[in-house]
Amino acid sequence: MDFVNAIVLLLNFTVLPALTYGSQLALGAIFVTLIYGVLRFANFATGDMMSFGTMFAVLLTYHFQSVGINFGFLPTALLTTPFAIFIMILYMLTIDKFVFSYYRIKKSPPVQLAMVSVGVMFVTQALIRIIIGPSDRRFLDGEKFILKANEFKEMTGLNEGLTVKSTQLLTILLTIIIVSIMFWFLNKTKTGTSMRAYSDNEDLALLSGIDPKKVVLITWIIAGILATVGGILYGLDKSYRPFVYFNNMLPIFAAAIVGGIGNPYGAFLGGYVIAFAEIFLTYAYKKFFTYILPDAFEPDSLIQLLSTDYKFAISFSILVIVLLFRPSGIFEGKKI
Amino acid sequence: MMQYKNVIVAYSIMIILIILVGVFQSWSIALSILNYCLISAVMTIGANIQWGYAGLINFGIMGYTALGGLAVVLISVAPVPEAWDAGGIRLIICLILIILIILLIKFLSRKFRDFKNKTLIISLIIIAGIILIRFISAPAIENIESIDPAKTGFLGGLGLPILLSWIVGGLFAAGVAFVIGKIALGLRADYLAIATLLIAEIIVSIIKHEDWLARGVKNVIGLKRPAPYEIDLQNSQWFINLVEKFNSSKLNFTNSAAEYQNLLTQYVIDASSVYVKLCFTGLFLIIVISLLILTQRALYSPWGRKMRAIRDNEIAASAMGKNIVKEHLLIFVLGSAIVGLAGAMMVTNDGLFTPGSYRPMRYTFVIWVMVIVGGTGNNFGAILGGFAVWFLWVQAAPISLFLIEFLTSHLPETNELKVHLINSAPYFRFLIIGIGLLLIMRYRPQGILPEKIVKQ
Repeated sequence: MDFVNAIVLLLNFTVLPALTYGSQLALGAIFVTLIYGVLRFANFATGDMMSFGTMFAVLLTYHFQSVGINFGFLPTALLTTPFAIFIMILYMLTIDKFVFSYYRIKKSPPVQLAMVSVGVMFVTQALIRIIIGPSDRRFLDGEKFILKANEFKEMTGLNEGLTVKSTQLLTILLTIIIVSIMFWFLNKTKTGTSMRAYSDNEDLALLSGIDPKKVVLITWIIAGILATVGGILYGLDKSYRPFVYFNNMLPIFAAAIVGGIGNPYGAFLGGYVIAFAEIFLTYAYKKFFTYILPDAFEPDSLIQLLSTDYKFAISFSILVIVLLFRPSGIFEGKKI
Repeated sequence: MMQYKNVIVAYSIMIILIILVGVFQSWSIALSILNYCLISAVMTIGANIQWGYAGLINFGIMGYTALGGLAVVLISVAPVPEAWDAGGIRLIICLILIILIILLIKFLSRKFRDFKNKTLIISLIIIAGIILIRFISAPAIENIESIDPAKTGFLGGLGLPILLSWIVGGLFAAGVAFVIGKIALGLRADYLAIATLLIAEIIVSIIKHEDWLARGVKNVIGLKRPAPYEIDLQNSQWFINLVEKFNSSKLNFTNSAAEYQNLLTQYVIDASSVYVKLCFTGLFLIIVISLLILTQRALYSPWGRKMRAIRDNEIAASAMGKNIVKEHLLIFVLGSAIVGLAGAMMVTNDGLFTPGSYRPMRYTFVIWVMVIVGGTGNNFGAILGGFAVWFLWVQAAPISLFLIEFLTSHLPETNELKVHLINSAPYFRFLIIGIGLLLIMRYRPQGILPEKIVKQ
């Protein structure tokens, strides 16, 4: 029984949160990797672009709530997501037309494009703060829990409860759906193949009649979907705060590089690697060991490898280690 | 002389702008803007050495700035003897252990170069070392942090003069940059940018959360100063006499002795703050000018030509027998040291060390905007960028507030849009800086004062 308790404890405090956080990172990391693979630059505006999309979902959710529209037991934000994605894609295409396309046509070095994306980051951040302000906002409504700790305890008769928040399940399910559709699109459709060809070898792709404008357009559309959904899921799960989104850019970059930048499968897995590492290394295992060890060996310290303050530092350290030993990422392989 | 025409014009505009602030707002504000401009200029000189001379993209400026600030605390704050008694020895043991582990790893990796499980053994040693160090240091840290946590709760510094800490700040940054450079300099440009950005974040999070070192987010206040204190000035006779002499024409218009005294006290208070800031300005000016002379000489020396050659064509430079890895490491360390010096200057100027305020937006990206706007590869340009962007950064809020008021003047005071815009005036600085950067990158990619190659 103690063993089952220990497992439930781990599930509740590490596995589920890590899966959720990992899914959110994975969506962001695929966004980074896609831009890097097809458009060939590191997009420093990643976090703020995610925040920008989420902002519209938040505002529309407030609007819908004030009009009295809701989505039953699901969060209203899901209803507003398509609109937010649409605005996000429009914004990205505008930015691309006025800013990025000039450098792409000129074939500027990637560093210059990265620098330009810093400018976009400043502008996006300013727009977000001017439109919605820097404060913390919650926009989750509907059913909060799918399974409550007490119910689980009654059901199974265990000491440890298992809490499943609706946002956790929603995040994991939506991520699986979106990522599978995306991979299907990239691998099985003609447009997806042409995108991969463009990413592999631009000159050859152009030679075989692939329209670069279409590839760029599709890339931004997929990027807009990923960024907005990732941002909304994160905001539903925690809360919406522009500054936090900017900071999330860093573990997202770490995930993309750990997975091998330019490789969406790698980015997807990289998100989970980072999330699991962050949560498993900062979890205090005291209770876990009290369950599985005999009474005589019960630990008296927290058995915490690193304090939770260093959550971010862990993902960055993983990145540094990966860069040292395998600069092309763990899941090396072809570009998209 | 003609080649410096642009420089002179640009600098005159900058100086006039600062004087205008002095005339219209106050001299105290103008001087604090000027001081921060000078600090930013030191940072941009550092970043420009790396980016402009060698083409190395370093997004870790925030980390080196924080290290410089940490140096000020560790050097100038008086030591806390109780804390040293409570856990000093254990921490020193830990330090020795860390050095031993590093030496051991170096020795192993050299001795068993071809051994199969080398990585595994080294990582095992590191993990064992971390567990051992945590085991030894945990009680010491707890003891130290529990000693008067509201005031100290840390080991304190060495109690040495604060100017020494500027040099130490540079050395700290240089040391860390050496390690980072060894790790990351082999990476491609954009990887290097991301890696340095994240490593800087690690440095800051260590400073933030190791309270025994520098109080972490509890901040260290009341640092020493290389300049006199306002309160001492206000009580010293020579200063009052000086102010009296300086303002004698205005003071003579007063009617009664009491009024005269009141006015004089007011002048003395104002003047003391200006005097202190002037002292800082003088110190910073010495640093900026000597750095400018040094970097300028370096740029036109054979070494500078070598760096430019490496930047423009690495393959050709290495074919000519230049050691690119070594030169890159050297310039990475040099630039970071200058940024560390700037970090120490900034903390000295503020008189307080606030690890929570180190954010990549303000300390990395804004500095980069300065370098790019000012002119990469041109030291005069980099300094100008530091001045212009910092000036905009500070004055953007008042300027945008004025513009909003002007554009919405036809709207009633209670109009929702108007109120919202006025409340968000501080955020327009990001917009102005961002659009400025985008415009410069598009229409003048070399910056306001482009790089000039002088043929000798």
